Amino acid sequence: MATSFAERHRTIERNITLLAVLAFVVVIVGGIVEIAPLFWIDNTIEKVKGVRPYTPLEQAGRDIYVREGCYLCHSQMIRPFRDEVERYGHYSLAAESMYDHPFQWGSERTGPDLARVGGRYSDAWHVQHLTDPRSLVPESIMPPYGFLAKHELNQGDMRAELATLYDVGVPYRKDQIAAANDDMAAQANPDAPGAADFRKRYPTAQVRDFDGDPAKLTEMDALVAYLQVLGTMVDVNAAAANETLSKEKGR
Amino acid sequence: MESVLTRAGLWFAALVLALLAVAGAVDTPFAIQMGIVAVAACLGLWFTLRQPDYDAIARGILRAPADQGRYDDDVIRWGVIATVFWGMAGFLVGVLIAAQLAWPLLNMGEFGNFGRLRPLHTSAVIFAFGGNALIATSFYVVQRTCRARLAFPGLARFVFWGYQLFIVLAATGYLLGITQGKEYAEPEWYVDIWLTVVWVSYLAVFVGTLARRSEPHIYVANWFYLSFILTVAMLHLVNNVSLPVSWLGSRSFSAYAGVQGALIQWWYGHNAVGFFLTAGFLGMMYYFVPKQAERPVYSYRLSIIHFWALIFLYIWAGPHHLHYTALPDWAQTLGMVFSVMLWMPSWGGMINGLMTLNGAWDKIRTDPIIRLMVAALAFYGMSTFEGPLMSVKSVNALSHYTNWTIGHVHSGALGWNGMITFSALYYLTPRLWNRERLYSLRMVNWHFWTATIGIVFYAASMWVAGLTQGLMWREYGADGYLVYSFADAVAAIHPMYALRVVGGLLYLSGAVIMTINIWRTILGHSREETPLGQPAFDPAKDRPLLPATLIAH
Amino acid sequence: MSEKRIDEPTGTSTVGHEWDGIEELDTPLPRWWLLTFYACIVFSIGYVVVYPAIPMVHGATAGLWGWTSRGTLTTEMRAEQAKHATIKAALLATPLDAIDGDAHLRHEAIEGGKAAFRIHCTTCHGAGAAGGKGYPNLNDDDWLWGGDVDAIHATIAHGVRQSADTASRMSQMPAFGSTGILKPAEVQDVVSYVRSISKQDAPDAASARGATLFTANCAVCHGPDGKGNRTLGAPNLSDSIWLYGGDRASLTETVTNAHYGQMPNWGAQLDPVTVKMLAVYVHSLGGGEKAAAPAPAPVAPAAK
Ligand code: HEC
Ligand code: HEC
Ligand code: HEC
Ligand code: HEM
Ligand code: HEM
Ligand SMILES: [Ca+2]
Ligand SMILES: [Ca+2]
Ligand SMILES: [Cu+2]
Repeated sequence: MATSFAERHRTIERNITLLAVLAFVVVIVGGIVEIAPLFWIDNTIEKVKGVRPYTPLEQAGRDIYVREGCYLCHSQMIRPFRDEVERYGHYSLAAESMYDHPFQWGSERTGPDLARVGGRYSDAWHVQHLTDPRSLVPESIMPPYGFLAKHELNQGDMRAELATLYDVGVPYRKDQIAAANDDMAAQANPDAPGAADFRKRYPTAQVRDFDGDPAKLTEMDALVAYLQVLGTMVDVNAAAANETLSKEKGR
Repeated sequence: MESVLTRAGLWFAALVLALLAVAGAVDTPFAIQMGIVAVAACLGLWFTLRQPDYDAIARGILRAPADQGRYDDDVIRWGVIATVFWGMAGFLVGVLIAAQLAWPLLNMGEFGNFGRLRPLHTSAVIFAFGGNALIATSFYVVQRTCRARLAFPGLARFVFWGYQLFIVLAATGYLLGITQGKEYAEPEWYVDIWLTVVWVSYLAVFVGTLARRSEPHIYVANWFYLSFILTVAMLHLVNNVSLPVSWLGSRSFSAYAGVQGALIQWWYGHNAVGFFLTAGFLGMMYYFVPKQAERPVYSYRLSIIHFWALIFLYIWAGPHHLHYTALPDWAQTLGMVFSVMLWMPSWGGMINGLMTLNGAWDKIRTDPIIRLMVAALAFYGMSTFEGPLMSVKSVNALSHYTNWTIGHVHSGALGWNGMITFSALYYLTPRLWNRERLYSLRMVNWHFWTATIGIVFYAASMWVAGLTQGLMWREYGADGYLVYSFADAVAAIHPMYALRVVGGLLYLSGAVIMTINIWRTILGHSREETPLGQPAFDPAKDRPLLPATLIAH
Repeated sequence: MSEKRIDEPTGTSTVGHEWDGIEELDTPLPRWWLLTFYACIVFSIGYVVVYPAIPMVHGATAGLWGWTSRGTLTTEMRAEQAKHATIKAALLATPLDAIDGDAHLRHEAIEGGKAAFRIHCTTCHGAGAAGGKGYPNLNDDDWLWGGDVDAIHATIAHGVRQSADTASRMSQMPAFGSTGILKPAEVQDVVSYVRSISKQDAPDAASARGATLFTANCAVCHGPDGKGNRTLGAPNLSDSIWLYGGDRASLTETVTNAHYGQMPNWGAQLDPVTVKMLAVYVHSLGGGEKAAAPAPAPVAPAAK
């Protein structure tokens, strides 16, 4: 028996095509079985209300979050453990990142989880913290990002960006895409002519100057706008939703 | 002549395209990157038109012998140098980011902060150091074990230079803030496309050489190399599907979002470990260990079983990076059990490597290169035991998000990948440059000790740090309330961060010793010292078994 | 290609292949290795049967034990809640100013408040609640919005300057300099006055000019002698405790641009008992005042 598998294996060893094809077949199985069902099993993404695509300003802030590699220190994925739930808030749902291209769940907690950081601090706190983290948290080892407040926000044509996101599956409406550039500025300036229209397009968005400098639209405005929306879209504490989630089997 | 014209035409077209891209770029970083491409195209054009014998020039610079009638080793020699160079760069950045975590004042403005340097480190060590080592050794091993010269010599050279361009584009991109935001898959769409071209060429050279072998059987090292090249191609292509915002800009968006994106990413990320850092390096091990030990491989049957089991099981283990996340529980279960089943197949490689020394155990005392190999295998065994352990959900509940993961990574990376690569470099350099021996074996010994002690510092400090974090985060007081704020845990691990810097510095200094040693070997120097045991090398035997007609190209 | 032969040191036969001098031995699979491998496989099969594991069309197999990560958390949280239920109910039912009277309740509230404070508040108010620039010290008896337990509770529950919360503490000092209400020289005069009433500088001509300006512009909020006004959160300017700094440069900056310090409305993020415990804890820190609160005690939201 032992010799026979070794004997038979010689056929494979002598035929490069056979070896390559077999190896390839063997390595594709696991991926298919694990990944494909996530696209068809309905309960993979919870049915909850409130998740909306990011506004252009929030999306620009997200680009900066990715650019600066915040995800290398911060997770955005609260696990269903008592300590995490008490520390960071309700555990994260798959639905909450369903429009995140790419996801930013992270794999390290060099810094705290940010999945629900929205609303936890004032804008001024964020600006000060990003500029000089140790002025607020002496133990902090986070790098300073003061340069963000000096850079005018220039993320290119946000209409193209939203259109691209639409193409990969984020349900932006046509009017949202068309007005993306104006909306980006309007969200950080309640007095802007477009602010009212912006509010109509994104009724739940927060409109204000985020970086403490109303005269300028900076990268800091965008990043803080993004941080302030994190975890605020879904009413996760709705009792009914929690009952369903905790009773659900086969997920 | 005609081929020169075509080639020059291609280079010129590439140059024009790159310049057009610079002119039309929608963002400055993209313009800079295309500028780099333009410079590369210029160099290509210049060399094509001048029609020099590149290999001869390179040989002149590198003081390398010509390969009359022997194997095609030029690319491998360049690869050895590139591996040493990128290794040094990667370790240096590693030490820097380690120091930044201990002393955040070391973050330097926009381009030198942790968030941008960390991907530089991971890519430099995995893709630049590890990748060059894999490409160079695979070309070396496949020729020897097939007794045939490389199938497409021109393409092999393209693979080498194309890969260096990939590294330069990726690395400069990170500093400029260009990233896809997926760990280990940070390069943006245009760099991904370029890497695909290079990788397919790599596959062609490798398979082509296997196809023209003059040995009836394919050696086990080549099974591992082949599965590594094939699988990485698949992983890279699937994980990087994305849509650029503009064909003249650097930003793109991944086709995948949320939970599906997470699993695809870690299917990729885990198997970057499984195939890049494990299967590929096992291929390296299967050649260099028996060669250096001058012993037969321990068990042919074990190599068959552990090869197929390893490549089949590895692919399933990705979800262990997503335990207790919003990924459905069922997928986590699969990720866990396949990781547990992966333990023995992983150890199959360690057993086959270590037991190959059966009958030559005394070499551990006399041969520092063997010592590096044994340490590499021991660390491989350790991290592939630790890995399945960390995949157990209740363990992962504690270890995930902490520095325990970082400790695990580096006992694998520094111990296994680093040490096996160092030993291969020490084996290769005198042979590739036709030197009688290494400049100094004693220095290899020094390298061994600095590296080993460095790893011990690194792994031990990160284990302590990881456990400290994990336990502090979940610490409840008598009244049932959390005890520590997040910042308390940050402060608590500061000494561990500092110790890691010490470990990193030791490891780096070992690499400096290696660089000197290899460089002086290349220069043909040899240090006066009492000899240590070395396997015999007969250059006359190091030849392909091919008819003379095939050799002349 | 080489012949099969017996390898001398090990006594094992080779397989009969040779590549560049490398041969292979025909050693059988190590027994312990194979057995451990089988054991892992058996364990895995058992685990897959017991836990949710195999994806199907509409869901995955639920596993014999019916375990889910979210269900387990809910069970654990319920058990924890049950352990704390009596005390939480008691805390919820007891009026804030009565908690101090019950040693047991007080102890529980302070422990819980301390924990919640460490997790949610230290990033602004500092690890020892000593505050920092822009973030008040909560240990002293200098209160912006009132230091009795009800006032503290209102501040915590509804935050400061949270426009989304109608019960939030609201007020805004005008940016006297940047809006041109005061000329730069006048700003300096009023700063001199503030420095004189806080006894940092002796009164002089400038502070005398500032006094007039102060009465005209500042007294509405900060009171005629700058002793502050808690309904407006206007700080006392005559003591040595500063939120944003009492040196000339900081004062000039404050009067020129004003500040708009904001604190989140924790009532929206934390449960009512936790907010109550926080209030008791902060009140216990040293600066807590007896009741007789000018601010109406807010009604605690109904328990969940
Ligand atoms: C080197 C690691 C590191 C990087 C990179 C980093 N941070 Fe942090 N971050 C930390 C640490 C450590 C803390 C906890 C101490 C503190 O509050 O400063 C923290 C805290 C925070 C907090 C407060 C969270 C809370 O709940 O208290 C926010 C918000 C934050 N970071 C945002 C960011 C953003 C945005 C970026 C990228 C622009 C970033 N961080 C990059 C390490 C990092
Ligand atoms: C984002 C930063 C921030 C966080 C987090 C925060 N606070 Fe505050 N807090 C402030 C600021 C700013 C003020 C002062 C507001 C003002 O200027 O009137 C304040 C004021 C207060 C006051 C009133 C002090 C006085 O003198 O009247 C109390 C009490 C208080 N905070 C308690 C808390 C508690 C308890 C927590 C945690 C649950 C907390 N704070 C979290 C920013 C914060
Ligand atoms: C509409 C009410 C209002 C008026 C008028 C007003 N203030 Fe204030 N003042 C405040 C409030 C409210 C704060 C606290 C701001 C905060 O906490 O963000 C404050 C804060 C200050 C501070 C900072 C105190 C510290 O501890 O750092 C100074 C100094 C100050 N005011 C001076 C003045 C002077 C001088 C004037 C007149 C020129 C003035 N204020 C007029 C409401 C007012
Ligand atoms: C001098 C040697 C090295 C030092 C000092 C070093 C240091 C570091 C540091 C500080 C980090 C970041 C950890 C964190 O975010 O908390 C890191 C990450 C990483 N390093 Fe290294 N490193 C070294 C060598 C290597 C080598 C040789 C490899 C691989 C072959 C490697 C692979 C990695 C990987 C994969 C990560 C990311 C880990 C993760 O995300 O979990 N490193 N390294
Ligand atoms: C049987 C083999 C192995 C298994 C089952 C395994 C398992 C694991 C687990 C469970 C984690 C932690 C995931 C998390 O909690 O975030 C991890 C992380 C990691 N392992 Fe392994 N491991 C194995 C071998 C190796 C080897 C040999 C290396 C070589 C360097 C390696 C490199 C890494 C890296 C780089 C990470 C960090 C990924 C990240 O979060 O960025 N692993 N591994
Ligand atoms: Ca990671
Ligand atoms: Ca602004
Ligand atoms: Cu893994």
